[in-house]
Amino acid sequence: MSTDAKDVTPVTRAKPVAVGRRVFLGLAGLGALGIAFGSKVQNAVDGALGQGLGFLPFGDHFRIYSITGGFPEVSRERYRLKVSGLVDRPTTFTLADLEAMPKTSFVKNFHCVTGWEVPNVAWEGVKLSHILDTVGVQPGAVALSFDSYDNADTESLSLDQARLPDVIVAYKMLGANVTTAHGGPVRLYVAPMFGYKSLKWLSGIRVVDTVEPGFWEVNGYPVNGWLDGATGPTDPDPSFT
Amino acid sequence: MRILRFDRVQRGAHWANAALFGVLMFTAIPLYFGSFFGIVFARHTIAEIHLWCGVALPVPIIISLMGPWGRQMRRDVRRVNYWTRSELRWLRTVGRAPLEADKFNPGQKLNVIFIGAMIVIMLGTGSIMWWFRFFPVEWRTGATLVHDAFAYAIFAVVVGHIVMAVTHRDSLKSMFTGSISEKWAARHAARWLKEVAEESPSTD
Repeated sequence: MSTDAKDVTPVTRAKPVAVGRRVFLGLAGLGALGIAFGSKVQNAVDGALGQGLGFLPFGDHFRIYSITGGFPEVSRERYRLKVSGLVDRPTTFTLADLEAMPKTSFVKNFHCVTGWEVPNVAWEGVKLSHILDTVGVQPGAVALSFDSYDNADTESLSLDQARLPDVIVAYKMLGANVTTAHGGPVRLYVAPMFGYKSLKWLSGIRVVDTVEPGFWEVNGYPVNGWLDGATGPTDPDPSFT
Repeated sequence: MRILRFDRVQRGAHWANAALFGVLMFTAIPLYFGSFFGIVFARHTIAEIHLWCGVALPVPIIISLMGPWGRQMRRDVRRVNYWTRSELRWLRTVGRAPLEADKFNPGQKLNVIFIGAMIVIMLGTGSIMWWFRFFPVEWRTGATLVHDAFAYAIFAVVVGHIVMAVTHRDSLKSMFTGSISEKWAARHAARWLKEVAEESPSTD
């Protein structure tokens, strides 16, 4: 440039450095590395932090969603689970009824389909298969449709899926009664599938002759929400012990 | 005498970008903290607003860089990209080393580079989070982490940017009116002033 000669300051314009490009690519690279390895980093940090601080991106914590903009408040005393449809004995269970059934408890991860995950969540409840056996499923039944006290969310499972041993109607979670925010007093927990299949505030189970896609499935999520992304109708969770 | 600092295209791009960032940050707060603390609201609506503002985010900048109207914008991008040794020294010494400043000082340049990179990163990670079906679950976890972590950085930088703007009224005014006094330029952007004077000697 012609102005160089007039420059009296020690500024040398001869060799400008493309700092902008470097910083830009550096940040973009950091972002890409984060996408690729963030899950491993997060596992390591979460292991060290435990529950962590509720507002940091690290730490094992749930992100709580509701599709209605509110949580239905259902007391433990007034809670009812209505089982209807193609069954021999349509029954409405109280919470005490459910708690009197054979307990199943295990520790399993909760995976949200969007990517966050809470490891080692303690679950307790009754196997869905036990409830089905109690009411008696009629021939011709193919699937279950689940309703929620929020009057908005619905879910579906094929009969085969519903009979998997790690699919439960849960009344305890994280070592205590299921809180309202987590879908209490009673929610579904479908361990081998992503979290949207584990319907909160479970109010009804209808035994039906066809799979009725639920709320999230109508909105584009896979009807079979297997964690490994498999789309087969019944492949059981290989990690179940 | 006053000289043109930001032309109409740049001002339009800046304020459109600022408005989009504003809505994105404003909606990010309930989306992020609401889910952690179980506060309820019309989440889906807010998420949709956040999504579409995010998708629109690069549009003002791309439009302002294209076409014959984007000449000054493109030129300023080059300015922000290329740094002199003394600018690097100025940054290393946190402003103590002497510097005949360009149109933008190294701090301002870093701000532009950072925001540019963030637009790309947040758009990329946000897309993975929203259209998650097309990506493996590990990527989604990573994208969520990156999106959240960089969001904290964006809040810090944008708050800093606004503090600098309101404490430097002349600069701020030039982002509304486009022009700045030669006196200001002589003090804060001497190298740029020389450049302007050379290009339009008739203004003397």
